[in-house]
Amino acid sequence: MADFFSNTYLGIALFLIGKVLLLVVPLLVALAFLMYADRKVWAAVQMRRGPNVVGVFGLLQSFADFLKYMVKEVIFPAGADRAVFLLAPMITLVMSLIAWAVVPFNDGWVVSNINVAILYVLAVSSLEVYGVIMGGWASNSKYPFLGSLRSAAQMISYEVSIGLIIIGVIISTGSMNLTDIVRAQDGDYGLFSWYWLPQFPMVFLFFISALAETNRPPFDLPEAESELVAGYQVEYSSTPFLLFMIGELTAVVLMCALTSLLFFGGWLSPIPGLPDGVLWMVGKMLFVFFLFAMVKAITPRYRYDQLMRLGWKIFLPMSLVWVVFVAFAARFEWFWGAFARWGS
Amino acid sequence: MSVFAFYLFAICALAGGLFTVISRQPVHSVLWLILAFLSSAGLFILLGAEFVAMLLVIVYVGAVAVLFLFVVMMLDVDFAALKAEMAKYMPLALLIGVIILMQFFLAFGAWQANDVSRELLAAPMPENVHNTVAISELLYDKYFLLFQLAGLILLVAMIGAIVLTIRHRKDIKRQNVLAQIYRDPAKAMELRDVKPGQGL
Repeated sequence: MADFFSNTYLGIALFLIGKVLLLVVPLLVALAFLMYADRKVWAAVQMRRGPNVVGVFGLLQSFADFLKYMVKEVIFPAGADRAVFLLAPMITLVMSLIAWAVVPFNDGWVVSNINVAILYVLAVSSLEVYGVIMGGWASNSKYPFLGSLRSAAQMISYEVSIGLIIIGVIISTGSMNLTDIVRAQDGDYGLFSWYWLPQFPMVFLFFISALAETNRPPFDLPEAESELVAGYQVEYSSTPFLLFMIGELTAVVLMCALTSLLFFGGWLSPIPGLPDGVLWMVGKMLFVFFLFAMVKAITPRYRYDQLMRLGWKIFLPMSLVWVVFVAFAARFEWFWGAFARWGS
Repeated sequence: MSVFAFYLFAICALAGGLFTVISRQPVHSVLWLILAFLSSAGLFILLGAEFVAMLLVIVYVGAVAVLFLFVVMMLDVDFAALKAEMAKYMPLALLIGVIILMQFFLAFGAWQANDVSRELLAAPMPENVHNTVAISELLYDKYFLLFQLAGLILLVAMIGAIVLTIRHRKDIKRQNVLAQIYRDPAKAMELRDVKPGQGL
């Protein structure tokens, strides 16, 4: 049996498909409940009840929404470029899903354990911008077009600082493999050996950049309802709209996973002595997602010029200086070698 | 399996390139170009050069093609007029194309790789070294000076472009960010108790 799965083409293909399904199906089911959690947290902060009608405590709300989206009619705007119009949401969804191929949930629990995993995530997340641009352009309408331009500029700007912050982590680890990055955070001091301590200011920068990169509030300018109705999604309805929504939320959860892998030790247990495991990873992701939801509830939206200034004039220089600092700290083993972990 | 993947990527790259040229809608052209970039990244992965492949995607697809797309989407060009213009120059363009193609044939047709370099082609990196490490050893160790010089040239080009295009206009109002941030609500706002039925 093991021979069949490792030597024949059919076996390898089946094995891969099985691994992918094992990842994607729980992920998509979890997304439904994360969407619900997002709305519940938002409601709780604003002293509302949130979704509470469908199912017990409204737990099935996302599934009801899903069905509703599916059975509605797909409307094409007049003069829309139909092929690109339909391609855009698919690209958004596919790009946000394939990035999960390199995310390890436990030691060895990863679909594809490649050497340049973190670069792969960066590359795929830089492709996500195409869904937005294509959707806005293909709609043949002014609001989606303006929304998509804003969104693309925003995503490109914050990608730069995310990349530089990640370079700091890569320098400390000496590897771009996400499993190696987590292993380098394994130490005698539990949660104090994780990267959040040596890379302390960058955790915040990464979190804020992740908010901007995924178009979450307070940086949800592409969807600024007061000015742009709903940005590049205005003309979308039914299943294509649903694909956009799932794609965006998947990207958010991916950022949660990245934050916990890069700075909070992935599957490592925070207290020395307790066993490591996938539950820690999921718990950390949920915690970061809770922060995302809280930020959405409690912060007012940024103005567009403030957003660009923050990205280019504050975050970029800070992360650039940080890369230089980490390079020196790692080379000369300052701070008891906290930055140089490629030997361990 | 990898032969199948090679032909898939190669056909996609060629088709992408072809449709980039013959597509009528310029935005479609850029999208086909992106397909060509992605397929060539796939070819790099098949070669075992995953670092270069990822850089190709990040730099060309993630940044350069986005800029192309921006520019092309904003363009408002009359393509019928452009087509008529193009037909005028078609013979000359064809002639130049054929000449360049002939030159390629002359240059590379007689080119014979010796066995050592052919082996290098098959396994371009030393054993037991990730190609990220191999590239960094070349760039930051062996050819350090050239690498720095290349960076310097790019910096000069960037500064030159900025110097050429920047102009300070004195007749417009500028945003003073610090003044905005340090604005004090107590000084900027005045609260008045307005009686019902009366104005200020």
